[in-house]
Amino acid sequence: MTRLRQTWQVTMRGVRVLVRQPAYLGITLTQPLIWLLLFGALFKAIAKIPGFHGGSYIDFLTPGIVVMLAISSAGWTGMGLIEDINGGVMDRMLASPVWRGALNAGTVLYAVITIVIQSALIVALALALGADYRGGVGGVALLIALASLLGAAFASLSNGLAVLARQRETLIGAVSAVVLPLTFLSSALMQQSLVPGWIREIGKFNPVNWAAQAGRSAAMEHIDWGLVGSRLALLAALAVACGVLATRAFAAYQRSL
Amino acid sequence: MSEAIEASELVKTYPPDVRALDGLSLSVRTGTIFALLGPNGAGKSTTVRILTTLSRPDAGAARVAGVDVLADPTAVRRAIGVVAQKHGGDPEATARENLTLQGEFHGITGRELRGRVQGSLERFGLEQAANRLVKTYSGGMQRRLDVAMGLLHRPQVLFLDEPTTGLDPEARAGMWREIERLAAAEQMTIVLTTHYLEEADRLASQLAIVDRGRVVAEGSPGELKAALRDGPDRQPGGQRREPSLEDVYLHHTGRALENADAEGAVHAI
Repeated sequence: MTRLRQTWQVTMRGVRVLVRQPAYLGITLTQPLIWLLLFGALFKAIAKIPGFHGGSYIDFLTPGIVVMLAISSAGWTGMGLIEDINGGVMDRMLASPVWRGALNAGTVLYAVITIVIQSALIVALALALGADYRGGVGGVALLIALASLLGAAFASLSNGLAVLARQRETLIGAVSAVVLPLTFLSSALMQQSLVPGWIREIGKFNPVNWAAQAGRSAAMEHIDWGLVGSRLALLAALAVACGVLATRAFAAYQRSL
Repeated sequence: MSEAIEASELVKTYPPDVRALDGLSLSVRTGTIFALLGPNGAGKSTTVRILTTLSRPDAGAARVAGVDVLADPTAVRRAIGVVAQKHGGDPEATARENLTLQGEFHGITGRELRGRVQGSLERFGLEQAANRLVKTYSGGMQRRLDVAMGLLHRPQVLFLDEPTTGLDPEARAGMWREIERLAAAEQMTIVLTTHYLEEADRLASQLAIVDRGRVVAEGSPGELKAALRDGPDRQPGGQRREPSLEDVYLHHTGRALENADAEGAVHAI
């Protein structure tokens, strides 16, 4: 109970900063819309590729954009911890009996809240652009849940890296090096049967692909429960494992003091 | 239990080969103000980081408020308040939010927490600014908030790492009065690090002079001065002038504190 309370307090710290900074809030809210419109325009022609059977381009792209934005947003989560370390806030928190897990889980939960809001915006805009959610509200909820679990895993990794490296540059480099390749090695932007075989093979082990495929199945197609259920379980396990790793990073940080 | 802190033979090295602590031992009686005096890089902050469970020694042992810092760091954290050298407040939050979060971290909640936060804001003169973001505060206000956060859970032992560094004389005098009041009225054990002789002389009932990772002299300011005055190797000239703490420092470390800073800093690199 105390652990949940402390986690929520850490989350609210992030939420207050977001709400207090209109520019930051504005970027957070407009980014999903820009992504959907830009990627939508850019990839409009993929629906005309022979062998493409994803329905309209907006149907195909929407789950991909949701997933891509989730890892991209989550990747920056560790920035807050670097600020805390540089500002002396981290040492004060670590000298208190606060549950270490709350310092990670609270910021991860904040990232997930952001992802849920951004995903909902994408889904709503896509609907206005004519997307056909055959999975209904439940399917869309599953898509957002998948994106949230994926984002939670990446937010934890971002925190862990931030606490170990303690440098913005390292985190920026890591996010840049990871987000686009993992997106391109998934079905987020391109149908699997249209990509080279080696990308398909890698995709089987790519969490971004798990979320993109399962999310598309849940929200846009006749839901494949085997696929969606297994990917939900895999992503949940990954999120927990990354959370444990990130929490342990605080101990590693303290050993270096 | 009469010893609030017992540390024995603490060793801490940093790569590649800096020996920050080289067998440092000290003990602090409950309810006293204890000063760790020494130049920058002498090992004061490292000692505080170990005693506050932020860092672990390579060798040696320490008990704070009766609890082993290595065996049960969480219990130590409940018993201590820490005011670090750097400001510890979240600049993007208000003083009230900072204090509330700190209370939650110590498991204080609800009405009890709201009451303590309000009392704390009043006591440290932060009421008017309570709902302003900390990044708009002056250095002195931030320092008061740091102390308020360190005290919110009513710790048995309070650590103050260079509490008045960077404060103007007026704010420094205010901080000294507050520290004296805490020790007198609340029977709190206070450990402070300082490189100001005047601060140690005025506040501490016991002090340890730290040099190159070791305690080179320990006692009350009066005892240390008396030992120098009456000692066999008193200062040349044989004058019966009452030694100052500066003389004591010079005697034990072989150099004056203000000159020692640079040397200590080199040692720390």
